[in-house]
Amino acid sequence: MVAQNIFFGIITAIVVISALRMVTTRNIVHAALYLVAVLAGLGALYILLTAEFVATTQVLVYIGAVMVLFLFGIMLTKAPLGNVMKMTGTQWPIAAGVAVLIGGVTVYSVIDRFGSDRLVTDGPIFRTADVSDEVFSTYIIPFEAISVLLLAALIGAIVLARKD
Amino acid sequence: MTSLLALPYWQETAIKLGLALAVIPATSLILVYLFLFKMMAFMQSRLGPNDTGPYGSLQLIAEAIKFLQKEDIHPAQADRRVFRMAPVVVLASTFLLYVVLPAGPDAVVQNLDTGVFYAMAVSSLSVLGILMAGWASANKYALLGGLRAAGQLIAYELPLILAVMGVVVQAETLNLQGIVEAQATGEIFGFGAIGNPFILTQFLAFLIFMIAAQAELTQTPFDMPVAETELVGGFHVEYTGFRFLLFFMAEFGTAFAFSALAAVMFLGGWWIPGFDVHDNVLNILGPGVMLAKILLIAFFIFWIRFTYPRLREDQLQKFAWKVLIPLALANIVLTGIFKVVF
Repeated sequence: MVAQNIFFGIITAIVVISALRMVTTRNIVHAALYLVAVLAGLGALYILLTAEFVATTQVLVYIGAVMVLFLFGIMLTKAPLGNVMKMTGTQWPIAAGVAVLIGGVTVYSVIDRFGSDRLVTDGPIFRTADVSDEVFSTYIIPFEAISVLLLAALIGAIVLARKD
Repeated sequence: MTSLLALPYWQETAIKLGLALAVIPATSLILVYLFLFKMMAFMQSRLGPNDTGPYGSLQLIAEAIKFLQKEDIHPAQADRRVFRMAPVVVLASTFLLYVVLPAGPDAVVQNLDTGVFYAMAVSSLSVLGILMAGWASANKYALLGGLRAAGQLIAYELPLILAVMGVVVQAETLNLQGIVEAQATGEIFGFGAIGNPFILTQFLAFLIFMIAAQAELTQTPFDMPVAETELVGGFHVEYTGFRFLLFFMAEFGTAFAFSALAAVMFLGGWWIPGFDVHDNVLNILGPGVMLAKILLIAFFIFWIRFTYPRLREDQLQKFAWKVLIPLALANIVLTGIFKVVF
């Protein structure tokens, strides 16, 4: 467990520092790249939790698709090199307050629910097949609901983008 | 599975990682010499390199030394940190691919449960490095090349993954070793001597995979991101010396890795007919079989590269979204139906 704890410390430090730099940097492309570091760090944390499938999905969906589209959009429209002074909006104190609130609620609910419970480390390892069995039997309704939601968002985006 | 050697975990991992690190430059050397230098020269009626060593085989060593000697130049306006990181990100994506490529029952760095899925995920990381390179170079041509690369790689990633789905459905596993085993133990109408290479049952998936791989590797006819005649080199136009060498190595290292993936998924991988799938001998013979199959597939990739002219950007996008993706989806549906019926 020692190795896991050391790597947990290193990865968390990278995630936290990147997250802070992401909101304080004055270059929009740098902000996107710091977000990549945050998402990659989260993927590494999933691997430490033996959730291999989730970690791979994190890399494929968030880094390989979402962040690439972010960067693509930024570079296609406006991506000046160097620092931009007007990067931080006037509403940043409110945003910071909301962020602290969400963080506080999450931490409180996790501590309230699990307290000093320890993660079972010698239990069964969940294989990809187990994940798919769960998703397509126990959680089939939430899964379908999310699919419909995503489809609706997709159609909405097409409707908004079409001029005719 | 029985292991050839019983070593502590960290020693085994260190040896495997060392081997993988040595293999990647070697693979790009083989591909570049064999296909880019020699085959291209034969196909275009030229001599190719023939002075450095026997049949010019040491030409690449000379090239590497040349690249290492060159001055490390940054454009004055470039974003230095991102500029330096970009080739490393692209090469890291290639290195991560080699983690799951099997060359024998135990000859694999890490036999991940999510095998193919992992390979698809890490191969998509190279787009990030290409966008970083294009933006940080402070050059319009480089940015255009980076954007073209991103548009192309996103478009062709979908048919690539969807084509793989057919194989995964048929093999009932994402694990690459499991896919090899499924082919080795498969039967064609009750005849099991050569197993059931999925190229026979999944030929459509194989075609889609190879076309999409050609585009993912930005090889001609899909080489708009680097189009020399329009973009003077695209996203790596500002890179010189060692940093350019990293891009170059990543390009051919990834070509080798994709050929290996195709060999594992469609040609039966390291298995030799007549052997048991868990036979230890296959750890010795497997890499040779894999190399032969990889070179065969790479031969086709480069054959097409040297034969066809470049497509237009709109043709490229239309081909991916209107032809390849519907075909790949139809293939998944058909495979599913056959899987349930038979």
